[in-house]
Amino acid sequence: MSALRSQTLTLLAKDLRLEWRAKARLVAVAVFGLLSLVVFSIAVGPDSKALTAGAAGFLVIALLLSSTLALAESFRVEQERRALEGLLLLPVRPGAIFYSKAVANTLSLAMLAPGLSLFGVVLYGVELQPANVLSFFAIWLLAAAGLSAPGTLYAAMTSQLRSRDVLLPLLLFPLVVPVLMASCKALALALTGDPMGQMRSWALLLLCFDLIYWSLGGILFPFVIEEG
Amino acid sequence: MNRRFPKEHWAGLVAVVLLLVGSYIGLFVAPAERHMGEVQRIMYVHVPTAWNALLCFTCAFVAAIGSLWTGRERWDATLVAASEAGIVLNGLLLVQGSLWGRATWGVWWDWDVRLTTSLILLLLFIGVLSLRSFAAGTERKASLTAVAAIVAYVDVPLVYFCVRWWRSLHQIQSTPATVDPAMVLPLRLNAFGLLFAAIWFIVRRARLELARRRASETALPDRIERIEVGHA
Repeated sequence: MSALRSQTLTLLAKDLRLEWRAKARLVAVAVFGLLSLVVFSIAVGPDSKALTAGAAGFLVIALLLSSTLALAESFRVEQERRALEGLLLLPVRPGAIFYSKAVANTLSLAMLAPGLSLFGVVLYGVELQPANVLSFFAIWLLAAAGLSAPGTLYAAMTSQLRSRDVLLPLLLFPLVVPVLMASCKALALALTGDPMGQMRSWALLLLCFDLIYWSLGGILFPFVIEEG
Repeated sequence: MNRRFPKEHWAGLVAVVLLLVGSYIGLFVAPAERHMGEVQRIMYVHVPTAWNALLCFTCAFVAAIGSLWTGRERWDATLVAASEAGIVLNGLLLVQGSLWGRATWGVWWDWDVRLTTSLILLLLFIGVLSLRSFAAGTERKASLTAVAAIVAYVDVPLVYFCVRWWRSLHQIQSTPATVDPAMVLPLRLNAFGLLFAAIWFIVRRARLELARRRASETALPDRIERIEVGHA
């Protein structure tokens, strides 16, 4: 267990260093998320009430769309110059590769939260109360983790296939519907207030989803890359 | 040429007989439901379709574990066959439910939790087979399909229990104790009829998958003119 942890941390440091060196990629993903928010505003029209009511949903969809870019990129860089094959030659557990990638993807998606939420506040006229800031970002982190675990697994599966850009959303979008539902509801409660204390149950649903797919990802990942 | 009668055809014959008898009793013998009237008779195919769709996906899940565990191609062929059978049944389920919903709820579709999770399940398994169609190499195809099927199967318990966990327009599961005995018989006959039909389809499709694989391994592509599934 400690070997898995130390290998994961070493690989995570490598993945974060890669992310840091390719800052332009992260910026492109963030800009894509912001553009999505602008497109939603144009699609709904100048009805400020409708925009405010749907703000949480728009933010989550922007996160989802950005995630498909970030996830696909995370394994594309490993295919360049057959880096993944080199990694597999080392005495590293495949689970460590999965967890390091999934954590790096979660952190990348979590980093979109301040920019996207600030843009949401400006564009949609929502007000994030200081008391709810912590719960808002906690829900965002759970949602990012919920997208990252199955997304990393699917990105690894599709990275070597033809039409991988089509396949990743085709596989990921239906699977993460529970994450979208729960995070939309929980973020809406964080934005508009939670007098009935419902946010806890939605956060619990997100947590359960995360636990299931983070465990499943670690178990199934070796089968995905062993013949890759 | 040996024209023997493949064993799985017996399952097909039993399925046809059971479905004919069950549908006749459901349409003409069982009483009309007090509140919904004649439209309730769709239940005699809708509920068995739902049960068997979930059974097919469960079969696909077991086959996926078997395929990953042993690497045997029979498991992989069963996984493909059961996934396809599940997709067909799940598609039929949504069409039947939509017809029933229009007559009773007044809408073709509602974003109710049961309907939504069933639609997601259908899309997930369509995704599994799409992934398979893009993968190259027999072993790679098998391992990717199996992993995707296991990930997709997590939605099945959600489909079954969602009506108990969340408020839903869809009714919760009935038991024979809560249903008129005259309604239980056609329901059971159709359920077993569809079960035998699913078994027939899965065995037949799995044989076809194995026969295709044999043909592609042993024959030159331009010599493959006809694959006779019955002789696989």
